[in-house]
Amino acid sequence: MPRVIVALLAGLIFGAGLALSGMANPQKVLAFLDLGAIATGGWDPSLAFVMGGALIVALPGFAFARRRARPLAAETFTWPAASAIDKPLMLGAVLFGIGWGVAGICPGPALTLLVLDGTAAIIFFVAMLAGMTLFAAQKQLGR
Amino acid sequence: MDWNAFNPLAALGGGALIGLAALILFLGIGRIAGVSGVLGQMLQRPDSETGWRLAFLIGLPLGALLMANILGGVTPHVGTGTLGLVIAGLLVGYGTRLGSGCTSGHGICGLARLSPRSLVAVLLFMASAMATVFVTRHLLGA
Repeated sequence: MPRVIVALLAGLIFGAGLALSGMANPQKVLAFLDLGAIATGGWDPSLAFVMGGALIVALPGFAFARRRARPLAAETFTWPAASAIDKPLMLGAVLFGIGWGVAGICPGPALTLLVLDGTAAIIFFVAMLAGMTLFAAQKQLGR
Repeated sequence: MDWNAFNPLAALGGGALIGLAALILFLGIGRIAGVSGVLGQMLQRPDSETGWRLAFLIGLPLGALLMANILGGVTPHVGTGTLGLVIAGLLVGYGTRLGSGCTSGHGICGLARLSPRSLVAVLLFMASAMATVFVTRHLLGA
């Protein structure tokens, strides 16, 4: 099967999962992140189950992949090479978390919101691409 | 707890679909379904990887649209103002590239591979997101 068909199928299922799970709704995300609302009964822990559901499928799946020599429709597995817990990893994660906490949107839902929502989603998406471009430019310049 | 909003089954089912999608991409073509990585690398010069990346990125919103139709409409609600969206977008874009991943790459694929590096990233972005919401909702009262 051509690689693009596999990737399209994966994208479709991924997007469907985001919409079903509630991850595509920024208010749902913010209600999950709002631990301060526990005291007032306003906390919605639903989205913890998204990661649970994903890992129930992906954990055994990746363990199975580890025992295979190659994928079904390509030559090689690209296992991520980096393993260092370094400053860029930690600083990047913290900055991402702040942005996620401000608007309740992470990169996958940013794409789904482009079709589910209107102007606000476009503003966020363009700013996110600008942030990515800034990082690429900085890397190019060698800081 | 907000029992009216609590819907663990939809979350669990949606999560399982996301996990399945990550698995299809990896077992199928050996690539990690990390949205920030796929998107960020699309900003570089086109190469032999561009085709599948584009297909994945096109499938994502289409899949969401299909599911929204099946469910009879979902109601996403962006409640952040323009300045907030710009700041948030910049931080999410820059942060995910600097940290080599987001909720999907580290949170699902990374944890599923039992990567300590991804576990650290997930704990940090969850903590920083929760702290941010605490500040904006409870200290600043937005």
